[in-house]
Amino acid sequence: MGKAFQGANVGYSGFRVLWEGLRGNRGWQPAWRKPDPRPEYDVVIIGGGGHGLSTAYYLARNHGITNIAVLEKGYLGSGNIGRNTTIVRANYFLPGNSEFYSHSLKLWEGLESELNYNVMHSQRGLINLFHSDGQRDAFARRGNAMLAQGDDAVLLDREGVRRMLPYLDFEQTRFPIYGGLYHPRGGTARHDAVAWGYARAADRRGVDLIENCEVTGIDILDGRVRGVQTTRGVIRAKQVAMVVAGRSSQVAAMAGMRLPIESHVLQAFVTEGLKPCIDHVVSFGMGHFYISQSDKGGLVFGGDLDFYASYAARGNLPMVEHVMEAGMTLMPMIGRARVLRSWGGIMDMSPDGSPIIDRTPTEGLFVNCGWNYGGFKAVPASGWCLAHLIATGQPHPVAARFRLDRFATGHLLDEEGTGSQHNLH
Amino acid sequence: MRIPCPCCGLRDRREFTYYGAADYLDRPEADAPAQAWDDYLHNRANPAGLTRDLWYHDPCGSWITLRRDTLTHAISGAEPVGGAA
Repeated sequence: MGKAFQGANVGYSGFRVLWEGLRGNRGWQPAWRKPDPRPEYDVVIIGGGGHGLSTAYYLARNHGITNIAVLEKGYLGSGNIGRNTTIVRANYFLPGNSEFYSHSLKLWEGLESELNYNVMHSQRGLINLFHSDGQRDAFARRGNAMLAQGDDAVLLDREGVRRMLPYLDFEQTRFPIYGGLYHPRGGTARHDAVAWGYARAADRRGVDLIENCEVTGIDILDGRVRGVQTTRGVIRAKQVAMVVAGRSSQVAAMAGMRLPIESHVLQAFVTEGLKPCIDHVVSFGMGHFYISQSDKGGLVFGGDLDFYASYAARGNLPMVEHVMEAGMTLMPMIGRARVLRSWGGIMDMSPDGSPIIDRTPTEGLFVNCGWNYGGFKAVPASGWCLAHLIATGQPHPVAARFRLDRFATGHLLDEEGTGSQHNLH
Repeated sequence: MRIPCPCCGLRDRREFTYYGAADYLDRPEADAPAQAWDDYLHNRANPAGLTRDLWYHDPCGSWITLRRDTLTHAISGAEPVGGAA
């Protein structure tokens, strides 16, 4: 059996865990190879985060394209895939967003058997609270849109919320809890594992994952992309995809583009590990606060942007204070939990708050960016749709509205209805 | 973070509202081509490093162009929009 169990080509299973446990765990192999870059590929994907890795995987799985390199300037999953609050949901309203996130949630639901990797996807349910009659109407409408899309939504009244979340402060008068929109299939997943799972699955299909390889230039000749310059040499490619949310503007500038993106920092926090106490994902829109509890026990929570352009991956104290106040307003029971650490993710903010998956003016060059706050849950469908675009030349039907030129043409996807301007989302 | 208001001196960040990149100061002519308006409203250099952006100081009502580093949050200068404070 020894031969059969060697190398990264062997699946993970309960039997395998038992077998390796019995022989001192000496048989585990690295989950992916560490190849040197070859001089030429059919497709080069810039960015080894969730979206880049899932794009590579679905190019191989759905379209049979395996001569692919994923170039990552740091280590795989070192960017925003490891800097988010791990929430997975499909509670969007607008045509264009609704079917895309619905498709993504369906991919999440089969992801672990698809990748043969435990991404700890936990459909614990997500509850968005509302605090006025007007907000109830808006959430009822959103819930109906979710049902019409084929997903799930339940409008809870105040007592319904109280049965599920008895620990909320139902007596506070500033934002009295009128009810909540319950999305039972929403939940969380283990963020790093999503990157690792896609990486391993892509590697097993022959994709080269090249770490510590920073792209320093994009070679364009006669309006067509020819390859990339990197810190590990020149790599030629027929097609190149920029999948680098958080640094999209810098990479796009190498291709002479100015994107409709402004980068902002979004902070998040985690407490020390506690016994299970928060069973769902709860979001408190009026206070800009949302929370869930990780399987390790830490309360993971976050708030709103710091609201100034930043690449610092850390925020300022006023927003820390604001988030803590909002948390204490909603659920005073967490007041004695100690915050273990905080961090900031760099968000590609687009003017209308929705993402971009599209071609660029350069032939063979594609862009996937502008994920705002919504990148993590989009990882499967984003890769699925970008792979479709690269392989077929046509946008995937569920991502057809994520166009780069929609700000010029006015075909906006403004989910919040606040307008198409950089400081409004 | 504290921000130097040309009118009031060094003040807490919470007194200020961020508006966006200083690109907003270069407004195209009304009859400029649509591409110029798209660039003005939406497309940004979005630098990782030194940038110029617009802030409003709520207490005194000053619009300020801030020179800032987006990687470190260090502020290297502030001028009132449109000249003298």
